[in-house]
Amino acid sequence: MCATCGCSVSPGPPAHDHAHGHGHTVTLEQKVLARNDELAARNRSWLTQRGIRAVNMMSSPGSGKTTLLERTIRDLAGETDMAVVEGDQETSFDADRIDATGCSVVQVNTGAGCHLDAEMLAGALRALDPRPRSVVFIENVGNLVCPALFDLGETSRAVVMSVTEGADKPLKYPYMFRIADIVVLNKMDLLPYLDFPVDRFRHYLDRVRPGATVLEVSATKGDGMSGWYSWLLDAVDGER
Amino acid sequence: MHELSLTQAVVDAVEERLGDARISCVRLEIGKLSGVVADSVRFCFDLVVEGTTLAGARLEIDEPSGAARCRDCAEEFTVDDPIVLCPACDGANVAVLSGQDMLIKSVEVSPACVPPAAAR
Repeated sequence: MCATCGCSVSPGPPAHDHAHGHGHTVTLEQKVLARNDELAARNRSWLTQRGIRAVNMMSSPGSGKTTLLERTIRDLAGETDMAVVEGDQETSFDADRIDATGCSVVQVNTGAGCHLDAEMLAGALRALDPRPRSVVFIENVGNLVCPALFDLGETSRAVVMSVTEGADKPLKYPYMFRIADIVVLNKMDLLPYLDFPVDRFRHYLDRVRPGATVLEVSATKGDGMSGWYSWLLDAVDGER
Repeated sequence: MHELSLTQAVVDAVEERLGDARISCVRLEIGKLSGVVADSVRFCFDLVVEGTTLAGARLEIDEPSGAARCRDCAEEFTVDDPIVLCPACDGANVAVLSGQDMLIKSVEVSPACVPPAAAR
């Protein structure tokens, strides 16, 4: 019996000569994320051709991304056209909240998935059909790990962090903070009731993302939002 | 658990490139700065290959260190840790040069057995 494939042919001398290539190695040298990266590049070029700013918003669950978007949409209505892609494992709760503001929104449910990918964004953009020169917010699945690895084709990346979380998060989740174009530190109105050392947070962030811009805001009270708005409307798109 | 979708992407890519060929071994390279946990990929592999041309295939994973260069003092160094700091000046202003990718290096193919006519 052939020891390699278990077929019943006895290998005869001088060589094992029946027609199959044992141990035939095929070199691939292919990035596992090649397909995602290709689709992401397509999304990015589609967006930039239309002058659309697409912000990939990433954070842990509960940092206040949706609240930040609700206020942003209300405050910037009239300044720019906006649309939202909501990513969650399940439910359309977030999309319903955005819909209540009157803004176009598409909910993407990832099911077992822990992040959005470029194909999901492509589908969402087809459904949304955002206007040229508008702003598209992509609210990624609340997760500081997986979304960092998947390029969506966004034009910039915002990491939202709240002061109810640990100040050491930049060091605990370095992949996420390293790719941030901007870091929004939310729930600043709660700071007096918490033990969140802002300086230490900034120091830790500097260890993984030197020179990162940090905006201290309260999305519920509206404090510090003007910096976020000028970044959205003026900032040069980040480079990956 | 992004390793599940990454492992699925490995299987999809191999099937796309090799068609119906039966695969006996898959060799991956998972850089230490890729953010991908090799053990999780091993765990996912057996689940994901079930019912595909990769079923029963051996999985070999190489985990190379990364390389980086300090933008402040020009020191070049190898890195195994995702928090990349310059060993010379302790600065964090570093450019990562390699170690961030997950690659399918090669596969070993064992096409369906076609015994010679005399043996049939």
